[in-house]
Amino acid sequence: MKSYFSELFTGAWSLILGLKVTIKALVSPIVTVQYPREKIVVTPNYRGHIDLIKFADTGAHKCISCGSCMRECPSDCIVVEGEKREGVKGKVLTIFTLDFTKCSLCGACVEVCPTKALDYSDEYELAGSTREQFHFDLLKRVEERE
Amino acid sequence: METFYSILPELIRIVICAVCGAVIVFGNALVMGYAERKLAGHIMLRPGPMEVGPHGIYQLVIDGLKLMGKQLVVPAKADPLLFRFAPLLAFAPVFVPLLVLPFSEKIQGFDLDIGLLVILALASINLLAILIGGWASNNKYSLFGVFRAVSQNVAYEIPMLLSLLAVVFMTNSFSLKAVVAAQSPVWFIVIQPLAFLIYLVSIVAETNRAPFDLPEAESELTAGFHTEYSGMSFSLFVLAEYANMFIVSSVATVFFLGGSSGIPLPYFEYSGIIWFMLKVYSLMFFLVWIRWTYPRTRFDQLMNFCWKYLIPFALVNLLITVVMVKLL
Repeated sequence: MKSYFSELFTGAWSLILGLKVTIKALVSPIVTVQYPREKIVVTPNYRGHIDLIKFADTGAHKCISCGSCMRECPSDCIVVEGEKREGVKGKVLTIFTLDFTKCSLCGACVEVCPTKALDYSDEYELAGSTREQFHFDLLKRVEERE
Repeated sequence: METFYSILPELIRIVICAVCGAVIVFGNALVMGYAERKLAGHIMLRPGPMEVGPHGIYQLVIDGLKLMGKQLVVPAKADPLLFRFAPLLAFAPVFVPLLVLPFSEKIQGFDLDIGLLVILALASINLLAILIGGWASNNKYSLFGVFRAVSQNVAYEIPMLLSLLAVVFMTNSFSLKAVVAAQSPVWFIVIQPLAFLIYLVSIVAETNRAPFDLPEAESELTAGFHTEYSGMSFSLFVLAEYANMFIVSSVATVFFLGGSSGIPLPYFEYSGIIWFMLKVYSLMFFLVWIRWTYPRTRFDQLMNFCWKYLIPFALVNLLITVVMVKLL
């Protein structure tokens, strides 16, 4: 008989506590983001596909076309080519492409780069209907970036 | 012809009442459907429907059009007549209780002496419709949903009736207008708090809503009694559910919260409907609130709670009420 009433009161009390939790949630601001209209800032730790960095002091990338990244890549998805030009010290980069369909995002290329010219991009809206859309021309991307 | 002219005003009155009833049933379903989804969203810290119209206010209109456009599939092994008949049986009786509800002092379809009995009798037809629909579907899940619905509704109708009976003993009338009139100094929620609590719990079970929504428990029974229903025949069940919510909340308002009484407004015989609707929708907000707070009970817990707690307490409450009425 005693447990009959104590169960009733503890049960009723827990129900009231439950209602308190949900009413608090009802009046607190929403946490979801309405994606196409609102976007959150991407965390700096995010590892998208690799990208050449445009350095502010020179206004250009620092790739020396050494090809370390191409050799280091376990998936063979980077192609780098450079050529000697008259009056320019070292090689000039002519082709830097990434086949993102094969990339496993291991980051070996970023780590091996002697001039620290590579970094991860914060690109996350990646969807396409053909696989050619994921063959990125990183040289063109770095030139077009303002 | 003479008789026709004599009953003409009454006929016009019936037509107006029926139209108003239909407006309330459909308008209530629109408002509650939207409010339910919005409140559910905000309780889960998300915005709810946002796409159709500003803050998704046209979502329910679009949903209604979609449901009307859908094909009504009748399963091959189902009873074709009863299967089609059940949604209509669920939906049709919800209009009649609206005719006897006293929305304000002068806004009332018909003030019947047996108003409460009309409401309770017609509200329980909904269960019969669920029984027919689930049986005619010829589907295990529907049948199990119906088993649960029937045992649950039969059990919870007893405390509901007993709690209302306590008020009826005090007012000595089944007429809803008389019950409202009897609450002019104090509302019956003050005198009969236990009856109000019991009634509140019972109506959650009567309208088959969470945490007592075992007849349509999706984790065990896919959708319970309306598993096989699609399109408009499904939405008739939903419309009936919301209309039933409105009716039971109105009965709670009339019996415990003083009906249309409140702070006087100009033309209070008519504008009392504002207070009435405010109370009804506060109760319905409470029903939505508990739906999104509590997890579904187990079936034995549900039945234990009714037979071990609600019915004994309702009986004791009734007994005390009777003794007090006799003594005072």
